[in-house]
Amino acid sequence: MDRIKFLGDVKIRPTLIQLLNLGMIICSALMIWKGLMCITGCESPVVVVLTGSMEPGFKRGDILFLHMNKEPIRAGEIVVYNVDGRDIPIVHRVIKAHERRDTGEIDILTKGDNNQVDDISLYSGGQLWLNSHHIIGRAIGYLPYVGYLTIIMTEMPIVKYLLIGVLALLVITSEE
Amino acid sequence: MHSFGYRANAVLTFGVTMLALMCFLASLSDTFTVPTTSAEVKILNINWFQKQANGNDEVSLTLNVSADLSTLFTWNTKQVFVFVAAEYETPQNALNQVSLWDGIIPSKEHAKFWIHTTNKYRFVDQGSNLKGKDFNLTLHWHIMPKTGKMFADKIVMTGYRLPEEYR
Repeated sequence: MDRIKFLGDVKIRPTLIQLLNLGMIICSALMIWKGLMCITGCESPVVVVLTGSMEPGFKRGDILFLHMNKEPIRAGEIVVYNVDGRDIPIVHRVIKAHERRDTGEIDILTKGDNNQVDDISLYSGGQLWLNSHHIIGRAIGYLPYVGYLTIIMTEMPIVKYLLIGVLALLVITSEE
Repeated sequence: MHSFGYRANAVLTFGVTMLALMCFLASLSDTFTVPTTSAEVKILNINWFQKQANGNDEVSLTLNVSADLSTLFTWNTKQVFVFVAAEYETPQNALNQVSLWDGIIPSKEHAKFWIHTTNKYRFVDQGSNLKGKDFNLTLHWHIMPKTGKMFADKIVMTGYRLPEEYR
């Protein structure tokens, strides 16, 4: 059987079924992702460690599973936070926490285990503390090395395009 | 059905699934350990106790921390992050936690340790509430596994008090 069908020979039903299968795969992947977001309470339930600031515990390319709930942030927890105006989340440990009586708001200072100084220079402007709304989630689980592919794809986009190209080719030319 | 592509796909899928299952089981085995740990923190000296220019109290201490955390180490433990935090409350804040010292224990052999040190991080209050303050020193530990779930626990030691006057 020819692997490449000519235009005049295109059979409608098998093609539609193929497209539907593809749609199902994409939908299930999205459902799992969104479901994870609901269960863990975080916008991004899985993050990749980008820097060596938490070595030797977490190395570049490891992935962290996050969880977020209403429990107040306490010292020692490894949190992922976004600085106002910056897009890249930072994974560091809380070394100071001050919880106000009246508002329940918590002032947090973080530091990477492998850094000499705390994160004050990373916070935007003259900001001295992080608050709960900066925190995306707490790290509760960890897998080594798995995230390295994401780092490669971000830093060398050619790999991403190559991968998508090969996958698309496989999907189109497969018979089943 | 028997082409290289299909076989490679099958092997890879099976391999990845097995790897994920092993990581999960390794993490599960951690939940069965029942650790017995002990710790003691002594304040050897209050080096100085001042009010800073910005109005916040700051104190410098020399501590002696001794602990035995060897039962925390399992075959799935990469390292244990341990830190000592001063915990106290003030009229303005329901809880203050200030980390004074932290360290990394890379293996079971180093888990029974004794250290004599000044506070690694500055013990600064939000405000001027530390005169005569009673506080706890809590030894926290965070177990960082080779794969899987991270566990944390602590030992609270009470009965510490800062001096009534600056010095």
